[in-house]
Amino acid sequence: MVVWTDFERTAIQDIFSKIDYAVVGQAAFSRCLIVYPWTQRYFGGFGNLYNAAAITSNPRVASHGKVIMEALEKAVKDMNNIKATYAELSALHSEKLQVDPDNFMLLGHCLTIVVASQLSKAFTPEVHAAFQKFLAVVVSSLRKQYY
Amino acid sequence: MTSLSAKDKDTVKAFWANVAGKEEQIGCDAVSRMLTVYPQTKTYFSHWKDLRPGSAPVKKHGATVMTAVTDAVSKIDDLTGGLLSLSELHAFTLRVDPANFKVLAHNLLVVLATVFPNDFTPEVHVAMDKFLAAVARALSEKYR
Repeated sequence: MVVWTDFERTAIQDIFSKIDYAVVGQAAFSRCLIVYPWTQRYFGGFGNLYNAAAITSNPRVASHGKVIMEALEKAVKDMNNIKATYAELSALHSEKLQVDPDNFMLLGHCLTIVVASQLSKAFTPEVHAAFQKFLAVVVSSLRKQYY
Repeated sequence: MTSLSAKDKDTVKAFWANVAGKEEQIGCDAVSRMLTVYPQTKTYFSHWKDLRPGSAPVKKHGATVMTAVTDAVSKIDDLTGGLLSLSELHAFTLRVDPANFKVLAHNLLVVLATVFPNDFTPEVHVAMDKFLAAVARALSEKYR
């Protein structure tokens, strides 16, 4: 079981209380599609992803970004049970969506960068480390149902 | 991985001009984060007295790294040639596992996002990510 220090718990809950899910979700997800264009392979039905401008203004990208943040919030609300929380989502990503799990941390990197630009000085190295640990646990849980 | 397009190079050079005067601050923060967020990287610095964020050796090393990256920007048209001696240093003396280059690169991008929240657009982000990956490749040249 993952052991969270009080500092880590507080840091993560604090981050999620401060960010706007729609804004951060859209920014992080669109960044992922732009910076790591091979991730677009999973979003064939999203319409125009032809260039950065199209991705940034794409409404489906924006709404999916928010969906991702809301899914992450589930983990924040129950940090002792992240593996169980994501069991279904893991199976979905593996069996139905067939996403290469190496892509999960690519989105994680983009999310870190967006959160960093939003929180600025408040995103200290220690808070950053807590956030990275959280993302690692999320990614690990999403990988669990792959076989 | 693809090589840098003319647009990538222009984007990197234009963005990196913003860094002038802030090298120490950015370098120190990037190295501090690398050591804190990815503790396995501390194994390369066991000879330092103090590995805490913002410590003297961290600050000094941050400046060293940033000087090298700024130099790499000026040599962007021939990174392999330009970074030859640095590659030999990393390959034969330092023997840093090249996987760690990605780690430092990521932390540098995070710092750039905090220092330049408006300028570090997705377009700049992808160009910088490609550039740092190209620098990493050039540094790995002499490994084997």
